[in-house]
Amino acid sequence: MRKLLASVFVVAMMAGCPSAYAVQPDEIMSDPVKEARARDLSRELRCMVCQNQSIDDSDAPLARDLRLLVRERIGSGDSDSQVMDFLVARYGEFVLLKPRFTPQTLLLWLLPPLVLAGGGLAIWVFSRRRSKASGTADPSMLYLTEEEEARLERLIAAESQPEKPA
Amino acid sequence: MIAEAGHYALVLALGLALIQSTVPLLGARCGDHALMNVARSSALAQLLFVASSFALLTMLHVMSDFSVVNVFENSHSMKPLLYKITGVWGNHEGSMLLWVFILALFGGLVAAFGNNLPLSLRAHVLAVQGWIAAAFYLFILVTSNPFLRIASPPIEGRDLNPVLQDIGLAVHPPMLYLGYVGFSISFSFAVAALIEGRIDAAWARWVRPWTLMAWIFLTLGIAMGSYWAYYELGWGGWWFWDPVENASLMPWLAGTALLHSAVVMEKRNALKVWTILLSILTFSLSLLGTFLVRSGVLTSVHAFATDPARGVFILLILCIFIGGSLLLYAWRASALKQGGLFAPISREGALVLNNLFLTTACATVFIGTLYPLALEVVTGDKISVGAPFFNLTFGPLFVPLMAAMPFAPLLAWKRGDLLGAAQRLTAAGIAALIAIAVLWAWTWGGATLAPLAIGLAVFVIAGALSDLAERTALFRAPLTTAMARARGLPRATWGTAFAHAGVGVALIGIVCETTWNSEYIGSMKPTDVANVAGYQLKLDGVTQRQGPNFREMIAQFTVSLDGETLRVMTPSKRNFTTRDSSTTEAALLTRGASQLYLSLGETNAEGAIAVRIYHKPLVLLIWWGPVLMALGGLLSLSDRRLRVGAPKPAKAARTLQPAE
Repeated sequence: MRKLLASVFVVAMMAGCPSAYAVQPDEIMSDPVKEARARDLSRELRCMVCQNQSIDDSDAPLARDLRLLVRERIGSGDSDSQVMDFLVARYGEFVLLKPRFTPQTLLLWLLPPLVLAGGGLAIWVFSRRRSKASGTADPSMLYLTEEEEARLERLIAAESQPEKPA
Repeated sequence: MIAEAGHYALVLALGLALIQSTVPLLGARCGDHALMNVARSSALAQLLFVASSFALLTMLHVMSDFSVVNVFENSHSMKPLLYKITGVWGNHEGSMLLWVFILALFGGLVAAFGNNLPLSLRAHVLAVQGWIAAAFYLFILVTSNPFLRIASPPIEGRDLNPVLQDIGLAVHPPMLYLGYVGFSISFSFAVAALIEGRIDAAWARWVRPWTLMAWIFLTLGIAMGSYWAYYELGWGGWWFWDPVENASLMPWLAGTALLHSAVVMEKRNALKVWTILLSILTFSLSLLGTFLVRSGVLTSVHAFATDPARGVFILLILCIFIGGSLLLYAWRASALKQGGLFAPISREGALVLNNLFLTTACATVFIGTLYPLALEVVTGDKISVGAPFFNLTFGPLFVPLMAAMPFAPLLAWKRGDLLGAAQRLTAAGIAALIAIAVLWAWTWGGATLAPLAIGLAVFVIAGALSDLAERTALFRAPLTTAMARARGLPRATWGTAFAHAGVGVALIGIVCETTWNSEYIGSMKPTDVANVAGYQLKLDGVTQRQGPNFREMIAQFTVSLDGETLRVMTPSKRNFTTRDSSTTEAALLTRGASQLYLSLGETNAEGAIAVRIYHKPLVLLIWWGPVLMALGGLLSLSDRRLRVGAPKPAKAARTLQPAE
């Protein structure tokens, strides 16, 4: 986090996004429903001159322009997806903090569930193989060998001595 | 002189690290005890030298010796003493020195307190520590020497980044590094086990306290950093899914998985190969975090060009250590014998499930953080992966994890009774249902998912409590019996309950803060009143003040609830002249676990000041949760079984007697 602060700040210095708050009082729309929609959309849009900040968080002039643009489109009657399409057409996919499901982001979206499924499958296969191996091939696995038995005895004897209160 | 002495001490530490990384291995090869013992003395001597190097750099900062580049660039003679000291690690070079200092500290601790380790294992562990240390000493000396001089010293320094001039800098980075670097011990143990080709339950018992210690520090470090960002950055956010935060979250997730799989290994001698892999991965992710943060690849791929030497050097270290250890793993892991069979429904099975979800969560963060970089390198397309992506992919993974969490401690090893565990969780389940019903009725027509999430959190907390009640026979036996049994419970059991409850507590905080947060944004003039969540905030006036190295604009608000005055809040904006930059100092009013958050913006032409006020219900639970988790870790660490260490021959008893 220190590094986060530092890096946020370095970028802020370069790009002019002071780490203050973002939405200015004069930007707020008079209709609370539309304002709420604008806020929700703002949280999914990236301030492109900052590092990983949404335009809702950023105080950069560009973020302000984008917030005003979002409100302008909402004011002129666009639906949420129309606003997003408009911004993507203008600024590219980079503006979306949640990438769309496209061939390019296929792996991004599919890898996490695949890891989960793959991991689950691996555990299942592994445990089946082991229980089969132990069940049929090598019943001796279930018991201690004589040598282990002797060692266990030694250990128990050794363990019980130092337990005495000093 | 001081700077030269510090530099020299660092060079000597490198020399000692090189000895530590070679001689003990040689000793282990020929079975020479004297050579193996070199590991111990060189680790302690190395700690001495790097500690003095660090102390000397601190001295330079305290004395404001601007003939040293590092001090000139990050300090100011008027800066308060605390920030002069914390400023030592508020920059790349100094924080790298702190990093190796902590590394040497852990090495020294193993050397000093690792007397119960077999000699060859200790030699191997310390040798691996020596490799890591040597690589990073070289990195510092070659690319980021903090002791460089300026030919013609300036009179005044450039001051520390104002955002960092906060008590947070004193606590957060050292905590975080203790966590990151602490995982190097489990890494060294894993590599040592692979080299020796021998690993048993005792190994897990030695590794577990170190892992636990690192995990406690990392947990607190992340939580502390999150709270710092919350009050310092001025818009009330506490987690941004920023790549740099993700870099600290990944080792935490892997480390949490490691903590759990090490338990299985210690108790049941199972999951050995997996535990070794997790040890390697956890520290690799810590190294990856170091690389991502310092090379500049995250801000922009072009940042490589601004200082290619550093990025390439760390990348090299990264490849050698991660690649090398994974190769060693691939080569030697098959030599490790598997043991400890268990049924799917058992304590082991539950812990495997925990590991599956935690590692998947870790992989999700990894993919989300690195995918945009990879895509840009491969296709040149730029995409952003931010908070909405992680909320959608990462969040759901925690639902099954938390739902299963209360069951695990109630299941027996080897073969558990799921129905029996469910029966013992009836009370917890009922508590959760009541919580859901009450919240639904209370917030009728509001968010639907939030009450469910809180129900889950209540289930986790109540589950942890009922596990304790079950073990102490709280409602079945007389109170005195329960008390006696509570005293007799292993501290690790208490630790588990606390840590698990902490997860639930944090979840309640997160859900409440994100769902029922109220906000006021507006321009206010003196005597204006704002109403937020039932509180009235009246702006009394705005004053100016001169601080030691900044100018400050302070606004004074009187907060009242139902006509009764509670307190005066004074948020401010600071202007640091040397760097010509400003920070917002938010004012916080804590009521129970909820907070009123007040921060200032710009003043407009008519003299009105932009104000943002939040009411954040139960927000403090977000950080109390991790504190509870760390407390659980601490309790577990103090457990007699871990303190005593691995089973050892009766020799130990004999050595104790003469002391009486």
